[in-house]
Amino acid sequence: MENRLRVLRAEQGWSQQQLADKLEVSRQSVNAIETGKYDPSLPLAFRIAELFGLAIEQVFVSPSRRSSGAI
Amino acid sequence: MSMSPARKRYTLRLAAAMAAFLATFALAEYGIDRKQIGAVAAAVLALLPGLCVTAVFWALGRYLVEEKDEFRRMLLVREILISTGITMTVVTIWGFLAEYRIVPYGHAFYPIWLFFFAQGIGGIVNRLTYGDSGAC
Repeated sequence: MENRLRVLRAEQGWSQQQLADKLEVSRQSVNAIETGKYDPSLPLAFRIAELFGLAIEQVFVSPSRRSSGAI
Repeated sequence: MSMSPARKRYTLRLAAAMAAFLATFALAEYGIDRKQIGAVAAAVLALLPGLCVTAVFWALGRYLVEEKDEFRRMLLVREILISTGITMTVVTIWGFLAEYRIVPYGHAFYPIWLFFFAQGIGGIVNRLTYGDSGAC
């Protein structure tokens, strides 16, 4: 799933490991999510969004809205 | 890649199960083959190596329960599914070939070793598709 995680992380000046530590997941998890290879569960997606003080849809791009060209 | 606490516990359990397997297997080979013990003791000795190997499946299950990282859990589930698929496929085909005497019947515990070997293939598939084997 397409997302803005890499951009948001860069804005904070965090490394993947630092973000992983804050989320209590592995660095590989952060990398897999950033590259769109792995879609996080809803609880983890909420944790990510809340960490950046954003709504989920401000971090993750809805696949249906993406395919309809709405974004 | 740092090992999660759950992965460390899994590794320790795996090492303990394998060490116990080697010890009980050696004991069974020595005791039963030399006919130094009775039938009941021989049955118990013959059971022990198998029980030690099944402890590996228990350790796998505990790791799935205890691992907090959902990505790592997903990788292990994929690994087990791939391994199970390979094992069941080989066992099914081999069974029919043996039924019609094309190949000999094998030992019942061969599929267990195949399962463990196929887990390695599952790890390679994970590495190729997710860039991570989930081994740590």
